[in-house]
Amino acid sequence: MANCSFMPDVLCRFPSIGDSSIRMARKVIDDGFKGLVREYGYVIDAVVQPLQWFLNYLERLFSSSPWFIVLIIMLAIVYLASRRIGITVGTAIGMLLIGVVGLWEDTMVTLAIVTVSTLIAIVIGLPIGILMARSERIQGMINPVLDVMQTLPSFVYLIPVVVIFGIGKVPGLIAVVIYAVPPMIRLTNLGIRLVDKEVLEAADAFGSSSRQKLWNVQMPLALPTIMAGINQTIMMSLAMVVVASMVGVGGLGRNTLQAINNQFFTFGFMNGFALVVIAIIFDRASQAFGKRLQKHSEVVHG
Amino acid sequence: MASHGIEIKNLYKIFGQNGRDYIDAVHQGMSKSELIEKHGHVLGLKDINISMPAGSITVVMGLSGSGKSTLIRHINRLIEPTSGELIYDGADICQMNETALRDFRRHKTAMVFQKFALLPHRTVLENTVYGLDIQGVARAESTQKAQRWIDRVGLSGFEDRYPNQLSGGMQQRVGLARALTNDADILLMDEAYSALDPLIRVDMQSVLLEIQAELKKTVVFITHDLDEALRLGDKIAILRDGQMIQQGTGQDIVLNPADDYISAFVKEVNRGRVIRLETIMRALGPGLGPEGLPLPGTMTLENAAKEMTSANQTTAHVIDQAGKPVGSVDLQGIIAAMVTPTSHKSARMAAE
Ligand SMILES: Nc1ncnc2c1ncn2[C@@H]1O[C@H](COP(=O)(O)OP(=O)(O)O)[C@@H](O)[C@H]1O
Ligand SMILES: [Mg+2]
Repeated sequence: MANCSFMPDVLCRFPSIGDSSIRMARKVIDDGFKGLVREYGYVIDAVVQPLQWFLNYLERLFSSSPWFIVLIIMLAIVYLASRRIGITVGTAIGMLLIGVVGLWEDTMVTLAIVTVSTLIAIVIGLPIGILMARSERIQGMINPVLDVMQTLPSFVYLIPVVVIFGIGKVPGLIAVVIYAVPPMIRLTNLGIRLVDKEVLEAADAFGSSSRQKLWNVQMPLALPTIMAGINQTIMMSLAMVVVASMVGVGGLGRNTLQAINNQFFTFGFMNGFALVVIAIIFDRASQAFGKRLQKHSEVVHG
Repeated sequence: MASHGIEIKNLYKIFGQNGRDYIDAVHQGMSKSELIEKHGHVLGLKDINISMPAGSITVVMGLSGSGKSTLIRHINRLIEPTSGELIYDGADICQMNETALRDFRRHKTAMVFQKFALLPHRTVLENTVYGLDIQGVARAESTQKAQRWIDRVGLSGFEDRYPNQLSGGMQQRVGLARALTNDADILLMDEAYSALDPLIRVDMQSVLLEIQAELKKTVVFITHDLDEALRLGDKIAILRDGQMIQQGTGQDIVLNPADDYISAFVKEVNRGRVIRLETIMRALGPGLGPEGLPLPGTMTLENAAKEMTSANQTTAHVIDQAGKPVGSVDLQGIIAAMVTPTSHKSARMAAE
């Protein structure tokens, strides 16, 4: 630091507030937060309990049912959504491979948490998206929040979640939902806003109430866009499930974390493979479903 | 259901935040361009007064941007007026609260749109019952009503198609069936046929005229095409830059265009199909008795010329509805009236 010899100290070393004041601030904030959490423990419990119950129920259902029944139901869902033999056969092959390498149970745990978090994200995201589409003010308020949420690195989400909810499956689930909900909100809002103005005007001209307009016109016409949002939400849940293994979520994510910590190359590779398989299944099936919905909305004649 | 007319009185529409503040300025003659430049507000409609008679077709005509869509959207208040009154069946549409307005839209009006505005995810039948769905009519009943109009506009067999599987002409038939199924007194058609090919358009005009002969609704029809206006309109109103510059029957407009703008419009018109015998006949009197063929006064010149040439006659007498002779015409006069270029009167009729 040759330059520092002839410069004033303030310019040379960043003037930070002293260690002791930072320590104090930290203590005050942390204690306050913890106090708050302790104070409102019953609220937090009330939120956590039903989630815990739902998640455990689904996890048990998925992993304790005989594997071939789960597989058949999965294939049926994939086929009904996509109506494509190729995707269905691919799903069967992928899931069988996962079973063969011994990851069936872990995959079921991951599937359960992704299912639950996607459902919650839809239940939360849809109404918020609808509200945003209705009012410029609400859109103006929520958009910056979403911007922040989408720029935050996924690890950062874990901090407040762990402080408030502690370590475990449900805190992990909550982190996943928070991480995965923004595309659901955004694309619901966008889908509704993109609905043809003329069609809306027609709905008005025939005397629709705003609820009739929402359910007869806006939601059906926005559905393909909303489906794209659901697809994104699923993909982000899958990504976050791996990260959330750091706060105690089980399944493939935890295996991956172990593999990283212990440098288990093959084990890590197999888990990664299983994650990729379910990601592709979800992605293909939901996209094909979205396309099918869009069939009648395309304008063929001018 | 008896039809009611629509009375529009002193209607102003100024688009923008504080439209109301500029009514006086506009009233005192501020022009559309001046209003935009100085105040950033768009003059939509200026002092519109028109009565649209019950049970007949009123056509509103004008070039693009003249305020036609703005005017028709005031009738079901898709656009809020800045000031003025719209009276229908003794009530001012502008004063209706939200519920009354929704009821009015549901039961008294139906609208057909230029770009069809069909619901892409609903089949033809489901689109047609849309208005009744909104009213809460059970599907069994609404389907029955809808089917009647689907058949009537020539869509039988297409009930289960989706709009994107149909041509433009077919889609607009759905639009018309949807409006008619609503069984409302007022039928609003905003350039309903402008997007259609010429032949299909004439076809659809005939469909409308047939249906109107039977139903006698109060129809407001927007177009920028004079031929269409003359064919359909019992009454024609012409807009320019948000102002009503002439209203009257098709003949009034063709024979006495109020200014150069309208003269330009009517120059290309086939006058033989518009002007009627009663307009050009000479009154009977001493020295002029009924001679030659008897022809009804409402007959157009073109048809009269056709009749007279095929009967090999050069003179004819005109009879009124009761069959009483009222006037006389000759072939020469008819041809002269068909070809005379319109001389637009210097005494302008416009409200200036
Ligand atoms: N919502 C609006 N805000 C501002 N100006 C408008 C709006 N709607 C229409 N206008 C203006 O009002 C005028 C008349 O428009 P419109 O009624 O659509 O004309 P037309 O249907 O005869 O083509 C145009 O100058 C148009 O730009
Ligand atoms: Mg228009």
